[in-house]
Amino acid sequence: MSALLEIIGLQKSFGGLVVTDDIHLALEAGARHALIGPNGAGKTTLVGLLSGIIAPTSGQILLAGSDITRWTPQDRVKAGLVRTFQINSLFPGLTVQQNVLLALSEHLGASAQFWRPIGAQRALFDRARAVLDWVGLGAYTDRRVSDLPYGPQRLVEFAIALSLEPKVLLLDEPAAGVPAADAARLLAAIEQLPSDVAVLMIEHDMRLVRRFARSVTVLVGGSILVSGSPDEVMSDAEVHRVYLGRAGDAGGARHA
Amino acid sequence: MSRALALIARAAIWLSLAAVVLIFPDELSFATAIVVMALFALSLDLLLGYAGIISMGHAVFFGIGAYAAGWLALAGWQEPLSALFLAALAAALAALAIGPLLLRFTGLPLIMVTFVLGVILYEAANKATAITGGDNGLTGFGFAPLFGVFRWSVFNRVEYLYALAFLCAAYHLTRRIVASPFGLALEGIRENATRMMLVGAPVRKHLLRVYVLSAFLAGLAGALGTVTTRFVSLSVFSINSSIDVVVMLVLGGVASLHGPIIGAAVYMIVHHLAAQWNPYHWMFVIGALLLLVVRIGRGGIVGIIAALAKRDRDAARSHAR
Repeated sequence: MSALLEIIGLQKSFGGLVVTDDIHLALEAGARHALIGPNGAGKTTLVGLLSGIIAPTSGQILLAGSDITRWTPQDRVKAGLVRTFQINSLFPGLTVQQNVLLALSEHLGASAQFWRPIGAQRALFDRARAVLDWVGLGAYTDRRVSDLPYGPQRLVEFAIALSLEPKVLLLDEPAAGVPAADAARLLAAIEQLPSDVAVLMIEHDMRLVRRFARSVTVLVGGSILVSGSPDEVMSDAEVHRVYLGRAGDAGGARHA
Repeated sequence: MSRALALIARAAIWLSLAAVVLIFPDELSFATAIVVMALFALSLDLLLGYAGIISMGHAVFFGIGAYAAGWLALAGWQEPLSALFLAALAAALAALAIGPLLLRFTGLPLIMVTFVLGVILYEAANKATAITGGDNGLTGFGFAPLFGVFRWSVFNRVEYLYALAFLCAAYHLTRRIVASPFGLALEGIRENATRMMLVGAPVRKHLLRVYVLSAFLAGLAGALGTVTTRFVSLSVFSINSSIDVVVMLVLGGVASLHGPIIGAAVYMIVHHLAAQWNPYHWMFVIGALLLLVVRIGRGGIVGIIAALAKRDRDAARSHAR
């Protein structure tokens, strides 16, 4: 059985500082994998490497069997590898609907059309509506993103990614700083993803990890400490020592 | 219904602009110059307002269009429609050549690079007197009557309507473009270029397209100036011209399409009146005006009008309640 996303010996160093050290990881179709680890463990760097914003020093990334290690970020997105950002990266001056339309129009190859008004493209609008309803943003459609509270903004971040119909979805702390109600909406939306989509989520909130993940990897100091089922990982003594224990409370550890 | 009303309102505005021919028959040369600058400012709005690319050297394309039309006429190509098109095309090709180099930059470096490019081209044109005429510019050419019928004359009636028709066409073209998926993609790049890349957008390609398009319109404006005045001055390339057009745009309102047209008109009329009042300190009046408009509200004159209209509507609504 071949993995949808496979990371082989991925390494990244800045000068003498190794931030990603020999990472091996495979996600099957339908995976719900959580990546946890203390601050500075290299989690966001890994997402940067996978999405193509950072070039690896060595190693390989395979997506559905093809080597994408040297692909541009754009080509990776087109191939179905989509990420969200830990710190919102939205189009603040545009409306919620326009944020989603932008992504949809690129995804469906409409963005080079300069003559047909976007307002006349029913199909785009219908899909935008479907995505917004999916994440529970229907009430915010025509609001400017910069005018929204933080919780709904996080959902826009997620909605943009969903519009791109990912095969592999990388979520970088999707619920960080989000009120409980919006976090629940987010989780519900993730649960509605097609079952063959592989999801890799970086998260600090252990309750969220327990609800979401079927497998967990703990990253410490740029390398993998342990991988396994949530129960295995959370009962691992070493994990407790370096990570969970440090926050004092394994059940609700939550870093900023 | 409201769409039909908007269409009628728009038609009425353009017709009243055409009526300037009857209302101010003695000011048509000045009115034509305003129309030319309005088109130039419109071309910059597409680039700066929508795609967020700040260019301090947009006169490069205005100048290329102006000179190309002059050279064509001197070489004997005097049909005023095709000459205009070819001159604009020359500006677009220049943008296609330098765009890939320029569009690697953003922010302050981009401002500096476009600025320096403008200075270099101006100095080069100044030295190349054999082809640019240097300080004397290009003179001694004319254009064939429009459609073979309407003759150019000192009364500037044909000139004004001809320029206005192109402004009207360019306005509707840009309107169409900014309402398209491509137009939305440009706004996406302005708002967040990194995220655009990560929704799979070909950011550089989008930017090059809009750059070429904007240069085409700037070149068209320059060529309109040449055809309507039968003269090209070296000042078409000047840095002042690049800066003036940015000021007009900011004054009128960025990313609104009405903004550049209103801004160009207000700037040139105030300049005209202030220069009559005091030929040395007119800049002071423009500066004060710009300061005032920017201070009162973002979005220039158009933004202030929109804010006032909104306040009126809100007041009427709360009154009704």
